[in-house]
Amino acid sequence: MEAKHEFTDQLPPEEKQYSYLNLGPTHPATHGIFQNVLKMDGEIIVEAEPTIGYIHRAFEKLAERRPFYQITPLTDRMNYCSSPINNMGWHMTVEKLLNIELPKRVQYIRIVIMELSRIADHIICNTIIGQDTGATTGFLYLFQMRERIYEIFEEICGARLTTNIGRIGGMERNIPKRAWEKIDAFMVDFPPALQEFTNLLERNRIFMDRTINCGSISAERALAYSFSGPNLRAAGVDYDVRVMTPYSSYEEFDFIIPVGTNGDTYDRFMVRQSEMWESMKIIRQALEKIKKEPAHIYKADVPEFVLPPKEEVYNNMEALIYQFKIVMGETDVPKGEVYHCVEGGNGELGFYLISDGGRTPFRLHFRRPCFIYYQAYPEMIKGSMLSDAILTMSSMNVIAGELDA
Amino acid sequence: MEGTDQEKIISALKEKFEGEILHAEMLYDFLTITLKKDQIISIIRHLYDHPDTQFQYLTTLCGIHYPDVNQIAVMYQLHSLQKNYRIRLKIYLPVESPVTPTLTTIFPAANWLERETFDFFGVIFEGHPNLKRILNVEDMIIFPLRKEYPLEDQTREDKNDTMFGR
Amino acid sequence: MTTSTGSITSNVTIGEKPDGYEGAGFFATSLDKVVGMARANSIWPLPFATSCCGIEFMATMGSHYDLGRFGSERLSFSPRQADLLMVMGTIAKKMGPILRQVYEQMAEPRWVISVGACACSGGIFDTYSVLQGIDRIIPVDVYVPGCPPRPEQILDGILKIQHLVETESRRRRESPEYKAMLNTYGIE
Repeated sequence: MEAKHEFTDQLPPEEKQYSYLNLGPTHPATHGIFQNVLKMDGEIIVEAEPTIGYIHRAFEKLAERRPFYQITPLTDRMNYCSSPINNMGWHMTVEKLLNIELPKRVQYIRIVIMELSRIADHIICNTIIGQDTGATTGFLYLFQMRERIYEIFEEICGARLTTNIGRIGGMERNIPKRAWEKIDAFMVDFPPALQEFTNLLERNRIFMDRTINCGSISAERALAYSFSGPNLRAAGVDYDVRVMTPYSSYEEFDFIIPVGTNGDTYDRFMVRQSEMWESMKIIRQALEKIKKEPAHIYKADVPEFVLPPKEEVYNNMEALIYQFKIVMGETDVPKGEVYHCVEGGNGELGFYLISDGGRTPFRLHFRRPCFIYYQAYPEMIKGSMLSDAILTMSSMNVIAGELDA
Repeated sequence: MEGTDQEKIISALKEKFEGEILHAEMLYDFLTITLKKDQIISIIRHLYDHPDTQFQYLTTLCGIHYPDVNQIAVMYQLHSLQKNYRIRLKIYLPVESPVTPTLTTIFPAANWLERETFDFFGVIFEGHPNLKRILNVEDMIIFPLRKEYPLEDQTREDKNDTMFGR
Repeated sequence: MTTSTGSITSNVTIGEKPDGYEGAGFFATSLDKVVGMARANSIWPLPFATSCCGIEFMATMGSHYDLGRFGSERLSFSPRQADLLMVMGTIAKKMGPILRQVYEQMAEPRWVISVGACACSGGIFDTYSVLQGIDRIIPVDVYVPGCPPRPEQILDGILKIQHLVETESRRRRESPEYKAMLNTYGIE
């Protein structure tokens, strides 16, 4: 009788053979183009090496060539899921440099627009988390709501996605009546739709089993990696730029900061869900406050930096001179360095602007939250399986445009 | 940031590094300190640990090229979440040999930020675990964000320079 | 083939019938037309979505604008099984070789639609790191301008692709002109 072979898959470390899997730049599951070469021991990931830069468009160099009002379309295309937040952040940076103080109504309008785009960004992220776990229905249902937000943006500025909304010193025109009606209709129709999506996934056994303890990170490591936004709040740290350094009258609004405990995928999903409900609270309060302000104000009264209306340009000599000076860049821009940050869909989106008094910036640096927290990805997926790695990546809401700039 | 907070931070810094401060000012309500380049890492470590300042969050770091004085500046921006202070530290490096120690020993977040600064300006960070290009193609030889290099693709033949004013 | 019963369906055109000779239980036409009709109404796209135009593509795939009703319900992420390469978004020079590899892996007949200003010509990014138009490395059939194009524009581009697919001759892909055109791109 021959001896029984003892088969074991626990080889000593020196004899272990690893396989390398290229989760390449084009992949259906990576929402955006970045590459990860995974060193795998069977199904478990041992190490990951990310490569980015596949959509590097040289924003920072491009910004040195354009006057301030032409940089807004560039900022659109960084986090293109929530373009208005980027635009408003840039406008606030330049207004800080030029010492322009905005009237309250304009600030409240900006808050409404920013919170709507935050809802739009979180819709994409959460429905894609649902889709990656196999629940495609949520994506198809909630995208209809995103179409409604697109329609609102279209009424205000003409574009759906890359909005170039607002101007330095206010808005380009007063918000039309149809836009207010659409916002009111949205505020009525969105809560039931969001509740429907919530009922599909929030207490769903399969979803919870799939996402709890998947890609978790502790609060200390998250702070060491300079996380911000929903990813940091899911780890337990309540850092929100809107509360810590309020801008655009956020200090007058009453909202809570939802915070998670484990920093895993389920917490990130839930933080974004709660943030959508909080954004709706903020929009309701802002709509109330806007009704109390005089209805004709839509920009600051700073003729040197804000373009006059076209009718005045054709009839009025002063308006013509201001228009010429602003467009040709003959206005007196002060020299200086300014940093302003806003709470973007992914975290602290900062703009560091150095102006040398000329028409174009001397240096413009974007503090992009995705770029900074994506560094922690190899650490977050070490020891987990391949499908968990995909889910972690989609729950971190990595947007390729913001990663590479 | 109020005057007293600013005083506290500068006095915390002056406890050990009085000689390193070249210039401190408030630019648009933001404390900006220009320092000598030699002991920047020890200074940041001191600000990290000091109980009055506790700058334990790295907001960003970037490079700036000043062609008229032939220097490349590295700007570090730190944030203290406990006390809500923000501070900007700038060091100036000569453009012929922009070398400075790495910040990854204190903040792991500085890893890719330093790679980006190396990619754009050529600043060498000594001690960095993986200093190679991150956003541009690997075999690029120039450092594109320096002011002497052009923005556009030089092999483009279908744009007429006289009409587009370059 | 139009249905004429009922008020809701009386204006619905399912598809145009090609010219042919019809009789009881048979329909005679040329093979080209039948194959063209079948191919045009069942294109499997490969969405090569890189940036903002990819989000507009997601909106086109959604239920409001619905790409699925044109036959493109099943997206193929593997180039081997795809008919139409939809390049949506900016292609940087780092991404160029990868786009080329994906195109070369596709089996004939294959079509390419370039969606968005960045894919057509570099768009607003006239910089050192952006490829100024994907037609520098692969041949393109239809260009859809816009930044980003509205979903209706993308659908218009897909309809033009459908027209090209329907009217293409069966022998085009083996013809010497086609091979010469591929040679100008360096593709064998």
